[in-house]
Formats: sequence, C-alpha cells, structure tokens
Amino acid sequence: MAADSISGVGTADGLSLPPRAVSRGRSGLGDRVYRTLILASVWLVLLLAAGLVAALTWESWAAMRAFGLRFLVTSHWDPVAGEFGALPFIYGTLVSSLLALLIAVPLSLGAAIFLAELAPAWVRPPVAFLIEMLAAVPSVVYGLWGIFVLVPWLRDWVQPALGRSLGFLPLFQGPPYGIGMLAAGLILSIMIVPYITSVSREVLLAVPGSQREAALGLGATRWETTRIAVLRYGRSGLIGAILLGLGRALGETMAVTMVIGNRPEVSISLFAPGYTMASVLANEFTEATSDLYVSALVEIGLLLLVVTVLVNGLARLLVWSVGGPARGARG
Amino acid sequence: MRKMWSILPMLLLAAAMVGRPGLADAQMLMNGAGATFPYPIYSKWFEEYIKVDPEVRFNYQSIGSGGGIRQITERTVDFGASDGPMTDEQLKKAPGELFHIPTVMGAVVATYNLPGSPQLAFTGEVLADIFLGKITKWNDARIKALNPSATLPDQAIVVVHRSDGSGTTYIWVDYLCKISPEWEKEVGRGTSVKWPVGLGGKGNEGVAGQVKNAPGSLGYVELAYAITNKLPAARIKNQAGKLVEPTIESTTAAAAGAVKSMPADFRVSLTNAPGPDAYPIASFTWLLVYKDQSNESKGKALVKFLWWAIHDGQRHPAALLYAPLPAPVVKEIEAKIKQITFSGKPLLAAQ
Repeated sequence: MAADSISGVGTADGLSLPPRAVSRGRSGLGDRVYRTLILASVWLVLLLAAGLVAALTWESWAAMRAFGLRFLVTSHWDPVAGEFGALPFIYGTLVSSLLALLIAVPLSLGAAIFLAELAPAWVRPPVAFLIEMLAAVPSVVYGLWGIFVLVPWLRDWVQPALGRSLGFLPLFQGPPYGIGMLAAGLILSIMIVPYITSVSREVLLAVPGSQREAALGLGATRWETTRIAVLRYGRSGLIGAILLGLGRALGETMAVTMVIGNRPEVSISLFAPGYTMASVLANEFTEATSDLYVSALVEIGLLLLVVTVLVNGLARLLVWSVGGPARGARG
Repeated sequence: MRKMWSILPMLLLAAAMVGRPGLADAQMLMNGAGATFPYPIYSKWFEEYIKVDPEVRFNYQSIGSGGGIRQITERTVDFGASDGPMTDEQLKKAPGELFHIPTVMGAVVATYNLPGSPQLAFTGEVLADIFLGKITKWNDARIKALNPSATLPDQAIVVVHRSDGSGTTYIWVDYLCKISPEWEKEVGRGTSVKWPVGLGGKGNEGVAGQVKNAPGSLGYVELAYAITNKLPAARIKNQAGKLVEPTIESTTAAAAGAVKSMPADFRVSLTNAPGPDAYPIASFTWLLVYKDQSNESKGKALVKFLWWAIHDGQRHPAALLYAPLPAPVVKEIEAKIKQITFSGKPLLAAQ
C-alpha cells in the first residue's frame, strides 16, 4: 500500500505535467526542498551507520592488531594479563537467543493465531492490549523478576526434574545453580513474545478474508484454513515478526546480565553459567582502564554488530527462499 | 514551510540560552566524574557544601573509576574519583602531576547463606583457596577448624563474585593477592579478573541476591550494603592474628594501622593492614586533582572544598556507613592540599 502511493508520487513528478500545470513557482521550490530534505535524512541515517562502523573499527584497532582472528576463536578472557578472546561471548549470545526463539516462536504464533482467527471478538482487544503491555515492561524489571522468582524456581524444581528425566543429554548436566543459560533463554523468550505476537497478529489480520472464504469454500477445516490460506499467505510477514524478536534477543543486556551468571566459558550444558556480548560490555566497560582492554571491549561491540547483521542477513535469505515463489504466484 | 522558518529563530534562541554562561556568572560549576562506590557520600557533601559556599555547584557523574581516571587524564573534568589508585603508567599519561586525596574509607565483607545462619570466621588463606576452587565443600577440615561450634553441611560452596568491573572487586582481590602467592600468580589484581570458579552477579545487589537465594553460596559485598541489608558478615583474621568483625570502627582502624607506612602520595592499599583492631579488607577512596590547577578561581574553590571535606565533611560518612579518616591521616592530607598550586602559587596559603 505504502509502496504504491510512493511510486504514484514518483510517476506524477516524472511526467511533471498535471501538478505543475495547476500550481507553479512556489510548489516547484517546495518539491525541491521536500526532495532535498528526504534525501538528506536518508543520507544522514546511512552516514550514521557508516560512522558507527568506522568509529568501532578505529577504536578496536589495537585489539585487532594484537589478537587478529584468534580473538574470535579463543575463550581466554583475562583483563589482568591483557589476554582477550571473544568466543564465549559470541557463543552465549547466539545460544541464548536461539533458545529464546525456540520457546517464544511457537508460543507467540499460537497466541497470534488465537487472537486473529479463533478468539471471540470481545476477547481480542483486551488480550492483545495485555500482551502488548508486556513489551513496555523495563528489562531491569524482568531481570529482578528473574533473580527472585524464575531462578529459584528453576533451581529447586525445573533443573532437578530435567536432570532426572533428560540427564543423559549433555544439555541437562551439571549442578543446578538456577542462574545460567537456561534462565537467560527463558527470560529472553518472555521478553520477545509480545513483539512477535503483536506483529504476527497484525500480519494475520491483514490477510484478505477472501483467502479464508476460498479455503472454507473448498471444504477445508478451520485449522486447514489457517494453515493453508492464512499462515502461508502471511509467512514473509511472520518471519519478519520473528526477526524483530531475534533482534531484540541478540541485543538485550540488562535482564540477561542479571540471570546468566556472567562466566566466560563455552559449555554445552544449559545449566552452566554463560556470558553474552552485550553483557560483558555492560559489565566491564565502565571500569576498563588499560587501552588494550577498552579496545578489546569495543571489538566485542563491533562483533555484536557484525553478528546481528549476519543473522539478519541469513534470515532474510531464508525469507526470500521460502517467500519468493509464493509472492510470485500471488502477484 | 513558513512554519519551519518561524521556528528556526526560536531554536537558535533556545540554543543560545542553553549555551549562555549566564548561570556561571553567579555560580561556579565544578565538574567531576568517577567512582560509584562513594557517590552517596559525595552527593551528601555537595549538598551540605552549599551552606558553606553557595557560589559553588558540583556536577558529579558516577561513571566508574575507570571513566573517572580517563576523564581527569583528558582534563574534561575538574576532578576525578577512583576506588583504586592509578598505576604509574596511568599517571605518566596525564598531562600534569595528579594528586590522590583520600576522602573516606570503605570495607568489603564476606557474606554467605547457610542453614541456621551461623556466625562464621575465615582466614585470608581459606578465602583464597575457596575462591581458587581448592576448597569446595562447606564441611572442609580447614573451615571446620576455624568454626568449631558451627554446624557445617556437606554441601558444595557456590562462589559468587561481581561480574561488573568494580572497586569492590579490586579491594577483595588485592587482599587475596597479599595473602596468597598462588592467587597473585594465577589471578592477580584488577577491577575485573579471570575468576577460577563461581558465578558473576551484577552489582552488590546481584551478588547479594544470588547469595540470599542460593543455600551454600559465599560472596563479597560492600560493608555498607551488608549492614543496610542485614546480611551475615564473616569475621576475618587480621595480620595481628585477631578475628575482627567488619564495622565502621575496624575499617578506620585499618587506616590508623597503616599510617606509619603511608607513602607521600597516598597510593596505598589498606588491605591486610597492621594493628590489633584493623579489619583486613578495607580501602580508601580517592579524589584525583591536578597539583597545578589551570583555572585560579576554580582551583581556589576546589582546595577550599577538599579542606572542608577532610575536616567538617568527616561528620557525614558514618551516617551513610562509610568509615571516616583517622586524625593522623587527616594531618598528612592537609599538607598535601597545601601543595596544590595555580601557576606555581599555592592556592591555600591562609588556612
């Protein structure tokens, strides 16, 4: 819709006859100012992004020169000795976000389908409102709730039970601290559920009614209608919603720092404490004094940016590969 | 469009008003940045000092000791603040000679969570070995020997440390370094270190939260935080061989004990201080000021404030659970403040 109106303006401007014929002089100037302003804001955003990358690269140069690619694959983080390796942080960021997606995606899509397709009309607005309100809770509040409610619950109930039933898997071994990767993944999943749910709901609501009517007309059940006519139609939008949640999970700092245990080690077990890139920045940047230390932290910031861009890029490729033919058929 | 042109002059006017030094004509704004640990007492001082000198206003950003050192080195603030003394290398980077002025003292306590909350005692050696991961159970023979009357469970010790870079961590590991050669070699001292074992909690509240929640855990927090939150605090054996409870008095006693060996620049660690009543895990916190001030009126106001802080100002720390400076140390700091100059002239001659 938005794309249509923009291209409409573009063609009118290109042909230039009808609007200029009606109003002249001032509006020509207005158009030029408008165009300049719009272009300037685009350039400003691009320049900001480029400046950010340049500044991060410049500041992390000392660490790049000192450690090279070793920085990415070693897990030794010793500020006293001046040795830095980022692997545990990269691992922790990816694993905690992945865990969060594994939990949040089915939950959010379920909630969105319920709200868009199944719930009685009077239920929808209040429930949707409540879910959206979750997005407004500050992350430090999630963190405190994590420390005082989620972590004790995990330590006393969930982790012992998981250890007993699935303890043969390396994922669920080790002492149950409560704090650790599992707690971080859980809290992240709760934090991203409102984002994925409310965007997915909007996507599902935007699916034309004719899609459903056609499926129902062919004799599909309610679930089949949702699956074939609604979810398939909206899947690129749904993947967009999931990406939004993933972006939030990758960058989340405060709540994760409070429950992950902040231990720079790579461990397969979800019970073990871990660390994320955003957390180490939040924890150590204020008191980092030596130049190499600061530089290593800035390089982690740069890596976080790179990882986020890579993950988003990969996900977008995924969208194209699954969404391409469907969109072609639709258009 | 016309609307925008009419807004523009207003924006310019607003910008001019913000940038105008009008406020500074009547009041002098003193900028400082650094340590978070002394922030409560410093803000109390800045508030009280208005009564002494209404001309001076302070703007203190508690961004951490590292940030304070960076900012004073770059001269973007009038004074810095740090919980750890600057290293020789850091001092060399500064464009002028920097003074460390001790202001108050703090202590770090070992807090724990055991069934029945027994009152425990530790030696530095035992604490170091627990934090090195060599003592792993509460009913270890060496803990038992120090606490014969306490019932110690056959339970793993969950070590909890600060995850954020912090002066509290510096004091704690500085003490362990002095006691245990192995700790010094394997881990060393710093505001963040590579911990051999344990979980990291963010801030005092993160460590305390984890210790409170998890039976069998052992962590360290600031004395003030432990007192206000009524956390159990272990007695620690000091250099004189006495088990000392962490209190304001035993913290001040640590500085009194160290006064004989105090170096002229006050860059001294008070951990494991001599003296029968000295609590061994204590430290000064410092303000960082240039010996030669670049602005005469600001320099004058700064030394006046420092003089006030180490005299009248020392009435305030105890209420906020900081330890005040002992009298012999105040005498030595007086001499230091008198050395602060503006282009060679002492700024505080007439006191």
